[in-house]
Amino acid sequence: MRKIWWKILCVVIIFYVIIMGFIGPVPRLAIINESIRNTYFHVALWLAMTTLLFLSMIFSIRYLMKGNIKDDDIGSELAKSAIFFGILGCLTGSVWANYTWGDPWPNDPKLNGAAVGILIYLAYLLLRSSFEDEQRRARISSVYNIFAFAVFIPIIYILPRLTDSLHPGSGGNSTFGSYDFDNNIRRVFYPAVIGYILLGLWIAELRIRIKQINRVREEALIESGRL
Amino acid sequence: MLLYVVSTVFVCYLSFNLRRNQLTPIVWNTLFWIILLFTAVNAIAKSFSQERHGRLLYYYSLCSPQAIIISKIIYNSLVMAVLSVLGFAIYAFVMGNPIQDNGLFSICILLASTGFASVLTLIAGIASKADNSATLMAVLSFPIILPMLLMTIRLAKNAMDGLDWSVSTDEITTLLSIDLIVITLSYLLFPYLWRS
Repeated sequence: MRKIWWKILCVVIIFYVIIMGFIGPVPRLAIINESIRNTYFHVALWLAMTTLLFLSMIFSIRYLMKGNIKDDDIGSELAKSAIFFGILGCLTGSVWANYTWGDPWPNDPKLNGAAVGILIYLAYLLLRSSFEDEQRRARISSVYNIFAFAVFIPIIYILPRLTDSLHPGSGGNSTFGSYDFDNNIRRVFYPAVIGYILLGLWIAELRIRIKQINRVREEALIESGRL
Repeated sequence: MLLYVVSTVFVCYLSFNLRRNQLTPIVWNTLFWIILLFTAVNAIAKSFSQERHGRLLYYYSLCSPQAIIISKIIYNSLVMAVLSVLGFAIYAFVMGNPIQDNGLFSICILLASTGFASVLTLIAGIASKADNSATLMAVLSFPIILPMLLMTIRLAKNAMDGLDWSVSTDEITTLLSIDLIVITLSYLLFPYLWRS
């Protein structure tokens, strides 16, 4: 394994984030108190998910331009690991909201947008599973993937800012950077984002390899005439 | 399709007949847009699956895919506009008309029908390639159309309350930009879709 360094980096960063995330110094703020540590997990997970979805869209575009089935494998597996992160992000946010806003699922535009976003991508998985032919599935779900990303960004990042939301950066609340993001948080938060992105890439990479090995084996079986 | 709208409106009218006083403006508004949404899904789902394979091939040999998707979007928008205006007339006739700003509401109907038509045309194209297209159509289109529906309902609420137009510029621009994004994407993506 020549390219193992980034996996080691990923493990190191994740451990650093977990340890520093729970025992590192954080600013004291009213109401939020210690639960500000959730920034390292919840916010970072969402950012990692958006990055993975963006990469997935890039690979879908590449598939449509070049028609190489490997690009579609990469795109779909990136989308799957992004959905996994999205569900984790929802869960961590929900636990946090339970203690800070007093309700595990407050009626907030950003939360509803997130739920809709996850529904869009679950529909993507459903669409993938409803085709038999590989090339056809790849082309049509790539089209849907690009379309979905273009709708996903307004739902999560633009529409909630137009209305009142409990999340920072919308409805008169200021964004993170302006008041409570001191250097202690930055030192853990940015590595956290990178660490989660690397972890997502790792998960996707393993699944892509399994997929490609399966494809090669199937072809070998067909060629040997046992099918 | 017109009959579909009329009968849905009438079913709603009969269901609310018992408690007429409970029909607040918010319920009125939401109910109207949900009726329109279902009408749109049913009307536009047919636009690809209804045509036979041979005829599609014939179209594709005649003109470019861009021309086909644009003409389908224009046709569906017109159909939706007619359906929603007629639907609104019947709805207002049986359920009462609490709207104070008719100009804004008609803009709202126009934007919504264009938006619904353009989103659903591409989705119908995608779904028609799969086997169980009716289910897939609903699953694929509802989450994507939801933000548009929410913006429309908010805009329509402003029109009902007769608020000043400057209050709703935000909603109008957002709806317009969503429409534009969707139409551009359909224009770019459809050529890849019809090849299969």
